[in-house]
Amino acid sequence: MKKIINDPETVVQDALRGMQAAHSDLLTVHYDPAVVVRADAPVRGKVAIISGGGSGHEPLHGGFVGRGMLDAACPGPVFTSPTSDQVVDAVSRTDGGAGALLIVKNYTGDVLNFEMAAELAESEVRSVVIDDDVAVKDSLYTAGRRGVGGTVLLEKIVGAAAERGADLAACEALSLRVIASVRSMGLALTACTVPHVGSPSFELADDEMELGVGIHGEPGRQKVHAGTAAEMVSALLEPILEDLPFASGDRVLLFTNGMGGTPLLELYLAHGIAEQLLADRGITVERRLVGPYITSLEMQGMSLTLLRLDDEMVELWDAPVHTPALRWGV
Amino acid sequence: MGCTAADVVAAVRAAAAVVQDHRDELVRLDQAIGDADHGENMKRGFTAVLSRLDTEPPDTPGKVLKLVATTLISTVGGAAGPLYGTAFLRASAAVGDAAELDRDTVARALQAALEGVFARGKAVVGDKTMVDALTPAVTAAASAEGTVAATLSAAADAAEEGASSTVPMVARKGRASYLGERSAGHMDPGARSTALLLRAFADAAAKA
Repeated sequence: MKKIINDPETVVQDALRGMQAAHSDLLTVHYDPAVVVRADAPVRGKVAIISGGGSGHEPLHGGFVGRGMLDAACPGPVFTSPTSDQVVDAVSRTDGGAGALLIVKNYTGDVLNFEMAAELAESEVRSVVIDDDVAVKDSLYTAGRRGVGGTVLLEKIVGAAAERGADLAACEALSLRVIASVRSMGLALTACTVPHVGSPSFELADDEMELGVGIHGEPGRQKVHAGTAAEMVSALLEPILEDLPFASGDRVLLFTNGMGGTPLLELYLAHGIAEQLLADRGITVERRLVGPYITSLEMQGMSLTLLRLDDEMVELWDAPVHTPALRWGV
Repeated sequence: MGCTAADVVAAVRAAAAVVQDHRDELVRLDQAIGDADHGENMKRGFTAVLSRLDTEPPDTPGKVLKLVATTLISTVGGAAGPLYGTAFLRASAAVGDAAELDRDTVARALQAALEGVFARGKAVVGDKTMVDALTPAVTAAASAEGTVAATLSAAADAAEEGASSTVPMVARKGRASYLGERSAGHMDPGARSTALLLRAFADAAAKA
């Protein structure tokens, strides 16, 4: 294993120190327990939007802390959910009197720890669980769909709503609307290596890709032949389109996400193909986001996320945001 | 003769040592069907338990179990943190203020732990989780006779058998469930860690 780290045990803490140094105008890092908090928190009268999850998905979630998005992020160890006391601490540091909304990605550990935190927190707290990954069958026989790329869009949109004064119930209702309208799927060309494990998390032959991959180095739906970019984009887009389903006439946000190890050159190439495929189907791409925003360490691969937009979502997407990873309108 | 707070502390220390020794094995099991963090998370949790036992030694068995619970909840993360945390918390409540644990109290504590895991994780037998190890352990403990050590030993035997029974299962809970049929052929890491903890407790009780 060759990585720019000193010690697998302190990798998250060490990275947080660098983040604090780089973005002290936007956020404050607390280390025990680990919580990344918006620099001007708590904001009086504003609903606190809080998320968190395992580290290794940067910039998610800490990179989205700042005006117009998250009030706090709780970073767990690499690919491990944060503990409930981190979340409780985040709530108490950011609640400006209007309560807190917890955005939880649907993984068993995240759900259980955030659930315990909601029981323990002294503020008024509501939780929403995002589960946008169409690669996983949602049935009684699985833990349900995973939360993936849709999380970034949800955090931006509900963060903008909270910033302009939406109350807790309105933030929760908006979140549920976004969750109902967003679908994603990913693929991996290589596996990633978790620092404390030291070896790649799955095996792939040179000409294979893992289709329907998650963001934790866990294997996906199936190993298939890695073909051309057009075949890859289509393999991701078709299941997404069928699932909601998206139809001709829909207005969408198309998010082409890199898994950490794929260059922007390839992401833009894939994005262009996806735009064309959607245009061919009469689906209007009104907003887009391209880049590595929810990653899986150094994994090569990509995911596509489609969000069916309405006027309010477009307006909230366009609203000012000032965070380490997303910044416009300021 | 029952188990005192010092005996329970010794058992927890033994469990921490076993978790440390089996860290890599648990990581490997989790790498096959999950996200490769179980061994590391359990090691981190029990290392924190050891350091708290040094700085604030509890004076009843129930308080020892509660210290383990709150430490695991605040340090393990993942699903294992809340699940083991809840299990130890319920076990602690079940033994109450008792100065010593007898056979019946131990069996009751195990039953309470299992109920906590059911309530928190909502898994049932056959889902390929720690429930598949803990459930037969509780049944075995309830019908075991003799000393605390004999009770825990019966529980550990049953848990090991239960952990082995998870190998052919298709996971229906947790991250392994995303794999569907591909999860068969691997032991569930949570069931394995449950069996390891119970064996460590049993061995420690035999020495007490």
